[in-house]
Amino acid sequence: MYTETARPGAPAPESDAGTAPAAPPGETAPRIVTEDATIGYHGRVVAEHLSVAVPDGSFTAIIGPNGCGKSTVLRALSRVLPASAGRILLDGKAVGSYPPKEAARRLGLLPQSSLAPDGIRVADLVARGRAPYQNLIHQWRPSDEDAVRAALEATRLTELSGRLVAELSGGQRQRVWAAMLLAQDTPIMLLDEPTTFLDIAHQYELMELFRTLHEQGRTIVAVLHDLNQAARYADHLIVMHDGRVVTTGPPESVITAELIDEVFGLRSLVVPDPVTGTPTVVPLDPRTVTPAP
Amino acid sequence: MTTTRPRVDFGYAVRTVRSPLFSGRVGVRLAVVSAALLLAALVVSVLALGLGDFRLGALEVTRALLGGGESFHRIIVTEWRLPVALAAIVFGALLGIGGAIFQSLTRNPLGSPDVIGFDAGSYTGVAVTLLVLGAGSYWNIAVAALTGGLLTAFVVYALAYRRGITGFRLIIVGIGIAAMLNSANAYLITRADIDDAMTVGLWHAGSIANVTWTPMLPSLGFAAVIVVAAVLLSPALRRLELGDDAAVTQGTRVGAARLALLVVGVATTALVTAAAGPITFVALAAPQLARRLTRSPGISVLSSAAMGAMLLASAHLLTLAIAEVYRVIPVGLITVCLGGLYLIWLLVREARRQYGTPA
Repeated sequence: MYTETARPGAPAPESDAGTAPAAPPGETAPRIVTEDATIGYHGRVVAEHLSVAVPDGSFTAIIGPNGCGKSTVLRALSRVLPASAGRILLDGKAVGSYPPKEAARRLGLLPQSSLAPDGIRVADLVARGRAPYQNLIHQWRPSDEDAVRAALEATRLTELSGRLVAELSGGQRQRVWAAMLLAQDTPIMLLDEPTTFLDIAHQYELMELFRTLHEQGRTIVAVLHDLNQAARYADHLIVMHDGRVVTTGPPESVITAELIDEVFGLRSLVVPDPVTGTPTVVPLDPRTVTPAP
Repeated sequence: MTTTRPRVDFGYAVRTVRSPLFSGRVGVRLAVVSAALLLAALVVSVLALGLGDFRLGALEVTRALLGGGESFHRIIVTEWRLPVALAAIVFGALLGIGGAIFQSLTRNPLGSPDVIGFDAGSYTGVAVTLLVLGAGSYWNIAVAALTGGLLTAFVVYALAYRRGITGFRLIIVGIGIAAMLNSANAYLITRADIDDAMTVGLWHAGSIANVTWTPMLPSLGFAAVIVVAAVLLSPALRRLELGDDAAVTQGTRVGAARLALLVVGVATTALVTAAAGPITFVALAAPQLARRLTRSPGISVLSSAAMGAMLLASAHLLTLAIAEVYRVIPVGLITVCLGGLYLIWLLVREARRQYGTPA
């Protein structure tokens, strides 16, 4: 069922709501917008006067150095953190005004770290993603089963569905969490550093999965550490530094040696990726380069 | 209604239930184990109904329960012994539910209300009411137990709160608060006169032997409310197992859900404490024993309730059997003895698992 999700401008069909207001008209209406938002934890402001937009149907990557607030912004976009000032809009309406399950059918999150209950098996954990569609009377409809099957299939976990999650490798386990998000069947998916702690093959395997999901029409927002991955997979970048948005736009125009120096304090050479042609950041050797005046 | 096998391999036997009124997915082992535990609790209770100064066979008990047999037997069974047997089952189930809620919220098998001080708080509430205010009616004690338990819960929560709640800090703070409350309780007893001190001391042992229909009927009403609330909240409890971020994005109002679960969990112990005194270790042991028997992921409220009922009904039968050969011992002392052994085993296992090896 997840294969039929949203084309740009059309939210996914919702199996049991039917009342969902349509996305604002026009193909360019962004799915999530922050308007002059202040975001932080327990009185500590991480980002102030934050105004960003996630274009509909985009693969947006949020990049920036450690501690720049990118994960905090993603958590605000995903309704985990409320804005203490300003507004965060989901499909044109304040995120807080949605009934929680309704919002959960539009927007899902792959958190940086999740907790698997003791002794849970793969299929059970993936099935937890169906929570926004379930209630006391309908806890397991045919549509739930279809979504779980499809999510297992897309993440190549069908063979492993009966295994204990604790027995899987790190790469497999991250695929299980991705499958749980996939089973949630949302037109918008937020990913918080989805490839951290994975080896390079598993990183690209997972990124290819997200690329496929994006090509099927989903809007994807990912916090990424690896700039080359961000440039290769995303079509829209949000560059953050010190709680501010430095610039936004397509990777080709955003990723420049000047920006990398300004934001990360790293002198580098930006060259086209020999495989995809997207910008690649190659750090210069500080011993052979004369410092900039 | 139809039941079928799902087309997904869950790694264990599962049946899908489909009807216009209900659709669900039921683990076969979970259902069978829970039903067997409830059945065992009923059988044990029927045996217990026959034991006492006037011994009755299981057949006579069953006949009396169904309204037949001699009228004297009916009085013994339904008037005197049935409230006690019901108390064992219902209170055991409530303690199992309370333990399941708190162990799930704290993500720690030690995080049960009797360990983290809520029992001690209920006891303080009752001791103050009985010894200082001199009020001893069922309603006074019930309100005192609930207030004491809730106040303690909020104090423990507030002291353990630092950018959210972690199970481990909650447990350590709870154990500390429980120790302080117990010293306050001991002080209250030293300044009381001997009769009142005896009353409170007996109450503290945790006994259901003297439960009559008068406190049992309102208790059953409250128990029904608590069970319904626990059923309504159990989906939110399951979502909270995955962590707050995942729970929010799966459509949970995390703050409201956790507060409601906290109140329901405290209400389970407070209700039992009000009617019978603190009965410890059932809430601690039932969810974990049930989890091992059912092999279900996480903690299941239903099987914990069934296990709690079975444990307390069995402990009650054991007190009656001991009374046959020795003397009457409060059921709370039995659960403490058996539970103590369980706690030692659990602490050793947890210490090895969590703190023995560097994380």
